[in-house]
Formats: sequence, structure tokens, C-alpha cells
Amino acid sequence: MTSKRLEISVGAFVIAGILSLVVLAFNASGLSFARDDQSYFLYARFENLSGLSERAKVSLSGVTIGRVVSIELDTEDYVAVVKMAIDKNVPLTTDTSASILTAGLLGEKYIGLSVGADEETLMNADEIADTQSSIVLEELIGQFLFSRSE
Amino acid sequence: MKPSKIMIHHYLLNAVRRMGINALDVCAGFGRASWFLVQSLTWGKGFKAPFSRLVFQVYQQGVLSLPIILVAGLFVGMVLALQGYHILVGYGSQEAVGQMVALSILREFGPVVSALLFAGRAGSALTAEIGLMKTTEQLSAMEIMGVDPLKRIMAPRLWGGIICLPLLNLMFCVLGIYGGALVAVDMLGIYEGSYWANMQGSVEFYDDIVKGVIKSLVFALVVTWIAIFHGWNAHPTSQGISTATTATVVQASLAILALDFVLTAVMLGGF
Repeated sequence: MTSKRLEISVGAFVIAGILSLVVLAFNASGLSFARDDQSYFLYARFENLSGLSERAKVSLSGVTIGRVVSIELDTEDYVAVVKMAIDKNVPLTTDTSASILTAGLLGEKYIGLSVGADEETLMNADEIADTQSSIVLEELIGQFLFSRSE
Repeated sequence: MKPSKIMIHHYLLNAVRRMGINALDVCAGFGRASWFLVQSLTWGKGFKAPFSRLVFQVYQQGVLSLPIILVAGLFVGMVLALQGYHILVGYGSQEAVGQMVALSILREFGPVVSALLFAGRAGSALTAEIGLMKTTEQLSAMEIMGVDPLKRIMAPRLWGGIICLPLLNLMFCVLGIYGGALVAVDMLGIYEGSYWANMQGSVEFYDDIVKGVIKSLVFALVVTWIAIFHGWNAHPTSQGISTATTATVVQASLAILALDFVLTAVMLGGF
């Protein structure tokens, strides 16, 4: 094989390898070009997250409109503070409620939002006031047992 | 003491002596191999000639390994999707087959299987080639001429392997995931959107893809090192070359699997 064809094939091999990395990065992983200026941040406080993790989706009427960015514990009130990145094109009313729901019976936890009827919308770094913690299976069974024993 | 007891004593003492000598030989072997590695990592002066030797090695090890890697990747991905589907369908979670295929391939199957195939194909070729150079006295001729064979022969091959295997691993992963998509979407009827969306939601670039590449870098160094060391260390006979070639494949495969466990434990943490 001539040296020219050899160099071309090696070059093509290396380019194909790097291209594979790019394809994997964008098609297989969650990497995307979403920059910060395409989303705004909202906070929500929950008593019990029970399985919600970072990068969980935030959905409104079943449509994914954002992701959970970070989860922290407020050491003064002992509640969990969840920071969400919401798509800029989706305005939410100030009486929006957030609840932690389960996708499927044993599936992953996600945050479901439902809008209210207020006229004002939430701005960046606002907090969603109306929240509902996730349902813990053990507490549910406990309630059921207690109600049966009466 | 009776003569038979003296013979048993001598036999046991000899066995212990032999164990000690073998252990010291293994130690010496590791020492030779480590010094060999350090010497082979750098090459001498000049840029154009060494670079063209490197390019040729990348061709030999990478481009010529492409058929086996690509075909293996495709079939591994397809089988994973098929088996995964049949397991998950029992739990009603067959939509998760995308993330199952992607995570298994990116984290484990990609680095390990591509390294095993690379060791078998390119590793054994390297050992045989270098062993033959030693047998036909090319290596000693180079030393007489004042050319360091480690820098001229080994360094391009070592760096060629380090460059090639991660790239081969990436191509294996791509073909595996798309092969899985072929089976899952076209043959098993999974909705294409859920295959890719579930995958993208659970595959992290730094945690899964980059760590897989790190694994294959480690495997690349170890496999190529074992291959060229055995070639260099081979007995200069045809029997010696064949022993060295099998030793390369066996030791490299075991090293890959053992290191895979260690690396996975370190990466997943909490060990």
C-alpha cells in the first residue's frame, strides 16, 4: 500500500473515532446544546423527596418542560429545596402547584406541575408555594392499617 | 534417619527452593517488563520519521482491526437488545431496553470486548512480529548499528496501541447502540422515541462515556505493553514465538478482566 493511501486510511480511522465520540455524546447521553439563557430557575420546598434525584424531569400536563438541577437540604426548616430549570417559553402562574409523582407503578420519580388561574407569572428565582411531597409506600400502608383497626 | 525419610526431606526442600526461585523469576520478569515499558514510552530525536512509523502502526493495529471490532459491536448490541427485551417484558418495562443496551455497552461491553478482541488480533500480531524480529536477529543488528530498538520498534507500537484502542472502543459502542436500535425498533416494535429518550435520560456523558474511554485507555496500555514485552522477551525459536504469542493473549485477557473489575469498583465507589 502506498504511503499516501496509508495516511489517508489512518486519518479516516482517527476522524471516525472522534466522530463516534461526538455521536455518542449527543445521541446516547443527555448532553445537549441547551444553554442557560434558554431556561429560568424556580425553587420548590418539599417535606419528603423520597427518591427524586437530580436530572429528574419536570413536566406540565405530561409534557417535559424542564429538569431538576439541584437538591439541597435547608438546615433551618429541615425541608428539601429543589432547584428546577424550566424552559423559557413556558410561563407558569404564581399559584402553580408542584407534586412529586411516580412514572408507572415502580418507576422513577418526577415533578408534575399544574397551573392555577392567577394572572401573574413566576419570574426567575421565584419559589413555587404550593407543593405536595411524594407518597411514601410505608406511610400509606401505615395509614391503611390504622384506619382499618378503628 | 532411614534413607526414605532423607529422600522425602530433600524432595520437600527442593520443592520450596523451586517455589522461591519461581517467585524471584516472576519478580524479575515484572522488573524487566517495567523497565522495558519506561524505555519504550519515549522515542528519540526527530519528528518526521518516528511520526510516520507511528502512523503505520496505527494503520496496522487500528485500521486492520476495524472489521472484527465493527462486526462484533453490531452483533453484541443486537443480542443485548434481544435478550434485554425478553427480560424486561416480564416486568412491563420493555421501553427501558434503550438505556439497558446503552449503559451495558458504554460501561462494560465496549471497553472489555473491544480490548479482548484487540488483544487477540493486534496483540498476538505484535508479539509474533517482534518475536520474529528477535529470532532473525534484526533487533541485535539494530543495537550493533547504534539504533535503540526500544525507541525505533517498540515506542511506535506502544503509542499506536494506546491511540487505537480507545477509538476502536468508541466505534464499537456506536455500532452496538445503533445495532440495538435496529433490533429493538425495527424487529421488536419498541417505539423509537422511547428507545432514544430513555437512553438520553439515563446516560451521563462524564459518568458513562468518559469513564468507558478511560477504561479502554488503561486496557490499551496494558494490552500493548504485554504484547510487545512478550515479543521482546521471547525465546528466539519458533517454539518460543508460539509460546510468547499464546502468553500474550492469555495474560492480556486475564489482565483486562481483572483490571475491569478493579476499575469498575473504583469508579462506582463505595468499595
